[in-house]
Amino acid sequence: MNSIDQLFAELRSQQRKALMPFVTAGDPDVAFTAEALREMVRRGASMCEVGIPYSDPIADGPVIQASYTRALERGVKLRDILGMLGQTAPSLGAPAVTMVSYAIVYRHGVEKYCDQAQAAGVAGLIVPDLPAEESPQLLDVCTKRGLCLIQLVTPLTPRDRALRICETSTGFVYYVSVAGITGERAALPAELAENVAWLREHTKLPICIGFGVSTPEHVKLLAPAADGLIVGSAIVRRVAEAATRPPAEVLKQIGDYVASLAAALPGD
Amino acid sequence: MSTNITAGGAPIGATTTVPDSRGRFGDFGGRYVPETLVYALDQLEAEYAKACADPVFQAELDELLQHFVGRPSPLYHAKRLSQQVGGAQIWLKREDLNHTGAHKINNTLGQALLTLRMGKKRIIAETGAGQHGVATATAAAHFGLPCVVYMGEEDIRRQAPNVFSMKLLGAEVRPVTSGSRTLRDAINEAMRDWMASVADTHYILGSVVGPHPFPRIVRDFQSVIGRETIEQCRQRLGRLPTMAVACVGGGSNAAGMFHPLIEHREVELVGVEAGGRGSQPGDHAAPLTYGSPGVLHGSFSYVMQDEDGQTSPVHSMSAGLDYPGVGPEHSYWKDTGRVQYTSCRDDQAMAAFDALAATEGIMPALESSHALAAALELAKARSPDDVIVVCLSGRGDKDASEIARLKGVKFG
Repeated sequence: MNSIDQLFAELRSQQRKALMPFVTAGDPDVAFTAEALREMVRRGASMCEVGIPYSDPIADGPVIQASYTRALERGVKLRDILGMLGQTAPSLGAPAVTMVSYAIVYRHGVEKYCDQAQAAGVAGLIVPDLPAEESPQLLDVCTKRGLCLIQLVTPLTPRDRALRICETSTGFVYYVSVAGITGERAALPAELAENVAWLREHTKLPICIGFGVSTPEHVKLLAPAADGLIVGSAIVRRVAEAATRPPAEVLKQIGDYVASLAAALPGD
Repeated sequence: MSTNITAGGAPIGATTTVPDSRGRFGDFGGRYVPETLVYALDQLEAEYAKACADPVFQAELDELLQHFVGRPSPLYHAKRLSQQVGGAQIWLKREDLNHTGAHKINNTLGQALLTLRMGKKRIIAETGAGQHGVATATAAAHFGLPCVVYMGEEDIRRQAPNVFSMKLLGAEVRPVTSGSRTLRDAINEAMRDWMASVADTHYILGSVVGPHPFPRIVRDFQSVIGRETIEQCRQRLGRLPTMAVACVGGGSNAAGMFHPLIEHREVELVGVEAGGRGSQPGDHAAPLTYGSPGVLHGSFSYVMQDEDGQTSPVHSMSAGLDYPGVGPEHSYWKDTGRVQYTSCRDDQAMAAFDALAATEGIMPALESSHALAAALELAKARSPDDVIVVCLSGRGDKDASEIARLKGVKFG
């Protein structure tokens, strides 16, 4: 059983929810990323999403895009990231998934990428530019290696299509809160919880909400409707300071932030 | 049904029945976009299918092309230039004489009509050289729609007259400061805008790139170039040309010229990429010549990329060709062998610009100068009975200040 499936089986049986923070690999360097992953899990993260920097990330807002640019300018390579994950993921105590563009997976080789991710202890892949129609080949390769391929559903996805996407998604389904790019938002759409609740009634797959989630209030509001919440830009923005401040201070700040979100989860 | 994308394979001969229902030109194309855009692309595909079946739509577009754009554009025999070269006869398909000075208007009017049919109220676009931006701003003004054009800061510097024109036409030009600050980044920003605005906004993509159905729609709207060329050659020469030559950045004018000629196997087709300063990585913008298959901007096609799949820096003095990717149908034509792709350096394009200005009194766009430069070389090896049609995709006025800078001339 994949570690993501295990996690959600456990959480559901305890009526608890998942918190999945996102961090960009290699910003400012992979050693910091490894520390950040450990700190976030220590402070309450149930899974971690590791962003593989990409030169042309169309789904990402300015904060994550800038982090990708910083990491690439510092010369981070895929082999450095997979190497770091190989050292970190197996002992992390929580599943790690890579958020990676299909441009990178294809160039590296679909099977080679999945082999190396699996060997590094990665539990799954989120490929934000690979919609369901283009995903059967990668899904097959992932499934054979016990990796999850997490698909996304958005507010613009028609309901019948959302159900089809859930059938091709493994591990959980990533519910994008708003039509748009990643980034912190003060207010989230009013109908969000209702739409997620509808989908949750129609699929057994766990549902995690991401894009715009950034405050304990968001967590309190949305956690009851979903199986988990994903927080990205709010953490990446804090990591951005790691280049100019003592890394230990930044790590503590990220840890405190993750702990504040974890404390807002029901059942904790 | 195979969903594998594998490049290469034995040439099977190109057909015009591509793309398939999933937007594939052979192995190339497809739709590599965030789920948020799938809805908008499905909507666009459905609306385009309806429009194609609706004679009213085609009549509206034809009316605009004739009376607003000034089509058909002339096919001009460049006699003095041909004489100077001393080989094949060079004829120019004068897309530079279209309203707004380039072929781009053929596509923006078509897509603006689709925007109205979809009931959308706002238009966005990306631009490199600014020609597509001006053509989009023009279509938006014509139909009374608000328009935002994303343009890289580097291109804003290189193409100041077009930036001013867009503003005069009522468009908002948003500078893009990320990445290489050129066309590639402008496309990223336009896609990001569209992700958040799909409900009421249409993105008029300006080339035969991007996710399905854009490569097909833009090719179809630009195919008026090749259709007219066939008709004009038949009327004036009594036969088809020996060869057609067009420049390829994303590849829209080339796709428009080539597509109607694909099934006419006797016509040689040559696409010309930007060879920049030379063959070293970063010195050119020629993915079909030097690149490899990969994913960029929602499509599987040849791209300039590093070993990790990160898009590589490219260079061309011509903003409209300064792009690391290329339309998927060009990749298909390359791999099937139907079109030959070559490249031409900055200095060769500049020499061709000078030659056309001096012999014919026509200043071509720097983009089109690349096609011309390759055609001049090819013409030398041919007989005076041969006819080479060059797609003169745009006029060079917009490039005057950049050419002055490159030549070290100061004015103003």
